[in-house]
Amino acid sequence: MPDHHLKPHTALGQVAAVTQTVHGLLIRENPNSALASLATRRGRDADVARMAESAGLALPGPGQISQGTPWSALWIGPEQWLLEAPFASHEDIVSHLAPIFGDAASLTEQTDAWVRFDLQGQGLVDVFERLCALNLRAMADLGGARTVIEHIGVFVLKLAEDQISVLGPRSSAASLHHALITAAKSAL
Amino acid sequence: MIINHPLLGPRDAQEFTYLGDANLLNRPNPDAPDAAERFYEYLYLRDNPAGLHRELWYHEQGDRSWLVVTRNTLTHEITKVELARDVARAAQAAGESA
Repeated sequence: MPDHHLKPHTALGQVAAVTQTVHGLLIRENPNSALASLATRRGRDADVARMAESAGLALPGPGQISQGTPWSALWIGPEQWLLEAPFASHEDIVSHLAPIFGDAASLTEQTDAWVRFDLQGQGLVDVFERLCALNLRAMADLGGARTVIEHIGVFVLKLAEDQISVLGPRSSAASLHHALITAAKSAL
Repeated sequence: MIINHPLLGPRDAQEFTYLGDANLLNRPNPDAPDAAERFYEYLYLRDNPAGLHRELWYHEQGDRSWLVVTRNTLTHEITKVELARDVARAAQAAGESA
């Protein structure tokens, strides 16, 4: 192996994740999640459900997310989920998932395709009312859906009333970050 | 306009893109003897009703599913929303049993 001394950058191009507080709202880039998409192959729904259950991996229904250790999951479409695990232990996430699902599902690593922002604080729903068309006020905790923020397709995950995460395309990380901060400044 | 997605509930129309008449699901059999005529009709001839219209919508900024939306072209009232794959599979099952 060549002797490299390369430093990984976060999605915002920094060495360390960017954390910012806007009027009491914490906006934090979270580089600590490994992601993979799971798409059920045709007619294998029951197999995938059984395999996930035996691996302790909860696959949520439409518009919902599940939180667990190490696996969290987000419903992204019919028979499709985005699976998440800690980056430190699951950097090679597909090699952890492939033995679980075998040929019943298609798995694709997604880690470096996304940027994740965690937001925490009061008035979060007011901020997101300015950002997207999702009705987060009506959404129950552990709900999540794909929508548009500033013309960028994103997943919005409502973990609690004062805790929301946004997954967006990594190449638009700075634009999305700017949108979140601008909305927080104007709403709070 | 709000489209009541069968899986996700009411969603804003800006998340969707429109394709056209839901009859596009019924592609003619290319092996039929009159295939050329049938494909001409399939590709170029469209009904243009003033009233209820079944049409294909794509939830592009959502779960990326195709929907068959029944919409009144005069009032924009949406009376029915189904997953296109359910419509297609039901038509296939009906065709096979007939």
